[in-house]
Amino acid sequence: MTLGQSLTVALFGLDGHVVTVEADIADGLPAYNLLGLPDAALTESRDRVRSALVNCSENWPNRKVTVSLSPAWLPKSGSSFDLPIAVALLAAQQVIPMEASHEVAYLGELALDGRIRGVRGVLPSLIAAYKSGIRTAVVPWANRVEAQLMSEMTIIPMEHLGSLLRWLRTGEREVMQELELVDDSIDSQFDFSDVAGQQRARLAAEVSAVGGHHLLLMGPPGAGKTMIAQRLPGILPPLTREESLEVTAIHSIAGGLSTRSPLASDAPFVAPHHSATRVAMVGGGSHTIKPGACSLAHRGVLFVDEAPECDSGVLDSLRQPLESGSITIARAVGSVSYPARFLLVLAANPCPCGKFSGRGRNCTCTSQQVRRYLGKLSGPLMDRIDLRVQVDPLSRVELSMPELGEASATIKERVVRARAIANERFRDEAWTLNSEIPSRALRTKYQPARAAMNFLHSELDQERITARGLHKVMRTAWSIADMMGHPRPSLEDTQLSHSLREGTGS
Amino acid sequence: MATEQQPHSRNRIVGAFGEDAVVDFIARQGTTIVDRNWRIKEGEIDIVAQLADGSFAFVEVKTRTSVTYGHPLEAINSAKAHRLQRLALAWLATHKSLGHEYRIDCAAVIVSANGKFSIEYRKNVL
Repeated sequence: MTLGQSLTVALFGLDGHVVTVEADIADGLPAYNLLGLPDAALTESRDRVRSALVNCSENWPNRKVTVSLSPAWLPKSGSSFDLPIAVALLAAQQVIPMEASHEVAYLGELALDGRIRGVRGVLPSLIAAYKSGIRTAVVPWANRVEAQLMSEMTIIPMEHLGSLLRWLRTGEREVMQELELVDDSIDSQFDFSDVAGQQRARLAAEVSAVGGHHLLLMGPPGAGKTMIAQRLPGILPPLTREESLEVTAIHSIAGGLSTRSPLASDAPFVAPHHSATRVAMVGGGSHTIKPGACSLAHRGVLFVDEAPECDSGVLDSLRQPLESGSITIARAVGSVSYPARFLLVLAANPCPCGKFSGRGRNCTCTSQQVRRYLGKLSGPLMDRIDLRVQVDPLSRVELSMPELGEASATIKERVVRARAIANERFRDEAWTLNSEIPSRALRTKYQPARAAMNFLHSELDQERITARGLHKVMRTAWSIADMMGHPRPSLEDTQLSHSLREGTGS
Repeated sequence: MATEQQPHSRNRIVGAFGEDAVVDFIARQGTTIVDRNWRIKEGEIDIVAQLADGSFAFVEVKTRTSVTYGHPLEAINSAKAHRLQRLALAWLATHKSLGHEYRIDCAAVIVSANGKFSIEYRKNVL
């Protein structure tokens, strides 16, 4: 028989499809046909596979070779098909046992000398393979740590096509020196104790971490907006295993995993420059649809410094993921959904020259310039931001205080405790964070104390807040109540929440 | 033996050697050789053979002394394959045999330094 087959996974976004690679070697003039919508990198696999086989002293079939990747309708891209194609070709030539290629997924790019190179997206591929009932996978040695995160499967890391073939024929594997896992999550160099003063901004950061409320920091240059934002991931609770698999899968596709400790255990921090395009922000691309900054910040912090400098539309493109926690990108090749449940932190100067704070004595901007500048932050976007605080320049008193501010570890402890209270409360609900409480539940089961409601209703009557703003204030009030240990938001909690929302006066 | 100055004559000797070898190979199987090196303006057919059932086989022979530059049959690209097709029809037309079944075969002959050779014969390659 001159038919061989092997299994692999084609990724489309985070979704993987198990692909059967079939190879047929027929009589005829030497030819190689690759079927099943391959892209450029995949079409080139012919030459890589051929050189790798020849350099491993295997035979390249000088006949009419047809390789089919099914399902044929699914567009396939990337170099991870090299290894399964090589295995299918060898199975077709009957130089490796046929059963070797059953129920095993192969992933890997081949170097011309037969070495197996690392590829992107190993973890999401393995998850898809596992869901389709495949329990064994051969992966590149370079991706072994990432692959082993999928602990439910038998992972066989291979460095060279030659050693893979030896294993397929004899069952022997070279013992390779195990690289020990390194925990890269060394204490971040950013600690909240570095931030002097800024009590209000610190409080806002903590509330934001507790309930997942989006945050706007407004203040003149040098006041410490970036400092505070960079320290926010450090007070977020560590990721659960499920969350960290999600985060790792996204970063695996984007290609930003470290090889030694790929599992993301801490909340990611992504800070795109304000010149970022819409595609950079939400993801896109024409052949393969790549995740953007907002997906890379999934379960972490997306920090946009100098937010009003962003091109119009870039920030507003975040509105949909802010609302739904995921982003769907449609392109000619199809549409892809990436998770994007992030904490948005915006930083802005109060005016183009940056000096409009306090009494604004040094500011050189006209009132119209200031208005246009802040108008860049659109109403619908600002409406989704629960906490808006003014970060004022430090005074002499604050800077000269000898004692350091509270350390991140202390704040994190409080955040974890407050989140545990919220988790317990929402045990039977569909959401876990205070910022996700639906408005209907806020009006019934999760209503703040009566005095607090009276206060909010009077604010509403005086048109100082909108109905949506009312709900936002209630959600933040729950986070404050969790921090304070109140069973239900009190009047004080609600007033604090209200003042944190209106903090910048805008 | 061929020298650096006369590469073509060396190739011609190798080519003729390969064709003779294939003719021997075909004849040994009891197939009749009808024509050899039939040449028109468009090109040349190396061997024409008539099979027992009356159909024709047009054989293109590729001979190499090493596989450094690839397998001999890889030298037959699609343009060359189409020319073989046209040549075959031209031969049939010239010999008033249009309508007969025919096929196109390719033979690869690899000759090693000590004069030993191997023939790889592929039937009906188009």
